[in-house]
Amino acid sequence: MSDSPKIRVATTSLAGCFGCHMSFLDIDERILDLVDLVEFDRSPITDIKQLGPCDLGLVEGGVANAENVEVLREFRRQCKVLVALGACAVNGGIPAMRNAFPLADCLTESYVGGIGIHNPGVPNDPEIPLLLNKVHPIHEVVKVDYFLPGCPPSGDAIWTFLTELLAGQAISLPYTQLHYD
Amino acid sequence: MNLANSFRLDGREIPFQPGQTLMDAALAAGAYIPHLCHNPELAPHGSCRVCVVRVGGRLVSACTAPAAAGLEVASDTPDIQASRRAILQMLFVEGNHICPACEKTGACQLQAVAYYVGMLEPHFTHFFPRRDVDASHPDYVIDFNRCILCELCVRASRDLDGKHVFAISGRGIDSRLVIESPTGKLGDSAFAATDRAAHVCPVGAILPKRGAYSVPIGQRLYDREPISQVGDVAANEGRARS
Repeated sequence: MSDSPKIRVATTSLAGCFGCHMSFLDIDERILDLVDLVEFDRSPITDIKQLGPCDLGLVEGGVANAENVEVLREFRRQCKVLVALGACAVNGGIPAMRNAFPLADCLTESYVGGIGIHNPGVPNDPEIPLLLNKVHPIHEVVKVDYFLPGCPPSGDAIWTFLTELLAGQAISLPYTQLHYD
Repeated sequence: MNLANSFRLDGREIPFQPGQTLMDAALAAGAYIPHLCHNPELAPHGSCRVCVVRVGGRLVSACTAPAAAGLEVASDTPDIQASRRAILQMLFVEGNHICPACEKTGACQLQAVAYYVGMLEPHFTHFFPRRDVDASHPDYVIDFNRCILCELCVRASRDLDGKHVFAISGRGIDSRLVIESPTGKLGDSAFAATDRAAHVCPVGAILPKRGAYSVPIGQRLYDREPISQVGDVAANEGRARS
């Protein structure tokens, strides 16, 4: 795959809040041990925009719009192992709560009929990705190899997961590191 | 120990009284068999199938199977845990279980049993059904998004409260919890906060109003210890109600 002997890792946030990425940084100084083992490709951490061939892809967030679908499929194409990181990637999470309402109602509430709106009107700039009718967990769009739930998964859970995965072991989270909230 | 009134659960000797089910005897002996629709105060229902165990090569629900002398019962095996996981996954995708937004999180039996069987992901395609929230009662709210049709409230209201406030209507995938009142709303029913039916819901479907976050997340019933050690939500009422 890559020229580097290090494991290449890419990360992205789709319909998420970047909380999982913040939690990733909660591994604190252990990130120094991590960069001995891995090299980051496309990621908010590197600000690299183009995704190359990678060994591991960490995907935060569910699939809410056309751009999310495109990025997710690109991650699946380029990454040998793809991980759903956090509640939204695993089951849609908080953004999927809009699935209880028709999309038109959501847009109307936010941009037309809601409280304190000036210049009402649903944004239609061609640069804004079109929303999907519903928000989906990523396994409903691509094959996913590993799931790490949590809103967010704790830094310790992410560390357990990464060290066991990179060591080629089966993932075994301690009880306090497996949670859905 | 007298083998005439005991069976073995995963190799452990469990004594029983005549008339007890496998679940009754296991609970009395402090042995955990995961379950959702069972509450020892109510007649067994056998509907959630989470308490499935293998006896003599057959899978049975522990909450309805009578204990008998000399039985070899398998519960904590990889294949049975996998079956339970699949049941949990179906329950999760059939409703709208958004744990981060649920007042019951950390003290929810559906979540705790899913942790116990090691469920990491929903596996199936989500239904994302559109269901209502009924906040018409002054003291309680019902969020139908989270109902798993265990019928504990149905049984408690009928058998313990003598009120028949709840029932299940429809069949198969159309099954849903309904409320006996002129409007179908909880606020117009005979339901009261003091009812037993108000205190048996294993999930976040029937919740008291106010005080939802009086116990912080991280200190809730199942946040530090698994359900196999802590026990059911209903058995812990008052200790860590979310």
